Amino acid sequence: MDFDLMLDSIPQILSGSRLTVLLVTLSLSMGFVLAIIAALLRRSKIPLLVTPIKAYVFVMRGTPLLVQIFLIYYGIGQFEFVRQSIFWSILKSPFWCAIIALTLNTTAYGSEIIRGGLESVSWGEVEAARAVGMSGFLLFRRIIFPIAIRQALPAYGNEVILMVKATSLASTITIMEMTGVANTIMAENYRPLEAFIVAGSFYLLLNFIMTRLIQLIEWRLSGHLRPPKLSSAPAL
Amino acid sequence: MAMATLMTLTVAVCAFALALIIGTIGATAKLSRFRFIRIIFDFYTTVARGVPELLIIYLLFFGGSGAVMYLARIFGYHGYIEVNAFSAGVAAISLINGAYQTEVFRGAALAIPKGQIEAAHAVGMSDWLLFRRILVPQVLRLALPGLGNCWLSALKETALVSVTGLVEIMRQAYVAAGSSQMPFIFYTLAACLFLFLTTFSSYGFRRAESWASRGVRSA
Repeated sequence: MDFDLMLDSIPQILSGSRLTVLLVTLSLSMGFVLAIIAALLRRSKIPLLVTPIKAYVFVMRGTPLLVQIFLIYYGIGQFEFVRQSIFWSILKSPFWCAIIALTLNTTAYGSEIIRGGLESVSWGEVEAARAVGMSGFLLFRRIIFPIAIRQALPAYGNEVILMVKATSLASTITIMEMTGVANTIMAENYRPLEAFIVAGSFYLLLNFIMTRLIQLIEWRLSGHLRPPKLSSAPAL
Repeated sequence: MAMATLMTLTVAVCAFALALIIGTIGATAKLSRFRFIRIIFDFYTTVARGVPELLIIYLLFFGGSGAVMYLARIFGYHGYIEVNAFSAGVAAISLINGAYQTEVFRGAALAIPKGQIEAAHAVGMSDWLLFRRILVPQVLRLALPGLGNCWLSALKETALVSVTGLVEIMRQAYVAAGSSQMPFIFYTLAACLFLFLTTFSSYGFRRAESWASRGVRSA
């Protein structure tokens, strides 16, 4: 094991980590919003909305992310009218293509997770909210949504981890995030283990932070389920 | 494309079969009495599930030859051994999938009531007989949905092996897209092939699940 090479590769991979974090945060935040919208449309009883969402989720979950990335980055540029359009400035950039692919992918998985959460909200809660006069958006914002998110969080946490790992695929379309940098170091020095250990540790650290964040949100959302804090120490 | 599809399937099947073995050993190890073994396999499942698949494929592809030759030197062989893209890909995917299957099997094994194992011991079954007659039939049934997911992810992960130059669906599509200048057509074709494989196999797993739960009453 070459410890000097390992030390040398730390700053390089660290500089790639900025892109990784950017890819993760951008695609996860946009994907979360879109997933909620998709889950709500999927639960609406309008076939014209339900069928496209179903098809979308089916295709996105049934094909590898790499195919989706290549299709967006290489595939769409095949058409002349795309290259003439105003979207071309976005679609020719590998970074935005990666963001689009990752977002579309996590939207599909996330919408199913959130749909599961929405379905777990018991009707009694809705009735109780109606009884005190809540309806429409207020009912959704204060009652249905928080309960659904709390139910969905553990599964959504897994999706977050998968997304952190999925950002590594951006390296296949020339983006120099952590895996891209590590791959270059491996190929240049022909010493794969050192770069792998450094990059792998960063990914593990990032995933550890992500799981902790999810746990924190889960804890914050379930305050009413915890036993009340006693103001004075119980007499033993 | 047909040969490439066959290659994708071969990689996925080989990796999944190896992962079944890893998963069985891993689950047994994680449920063992020995703390040291548990720690080793905890480390394995954490790393294999927390590090990107692509990184593991790169490691085994670039580092596979070195590692195999190092092992061979211990046994007295000093020649050059090359690890090809196929074995590196199968090794990588089975290591990753094995970690997920370890968790699936562990969860399924924990779902079996302890009383059954005590009862088997009480009627004098040996550990092996207990494993074969009591654990395996029930664990397999409980693990089937999880195994189905593992198979689907193994199938989709094979696309990543294309970075090593192995000619499977994704690589073939890449080459065809390059030479024909029609990337959209060929990546769409690749997507359709994957969609066909995943749909077909999830149907198979659903059938297998209903077969395995015949005679089991559900609420």
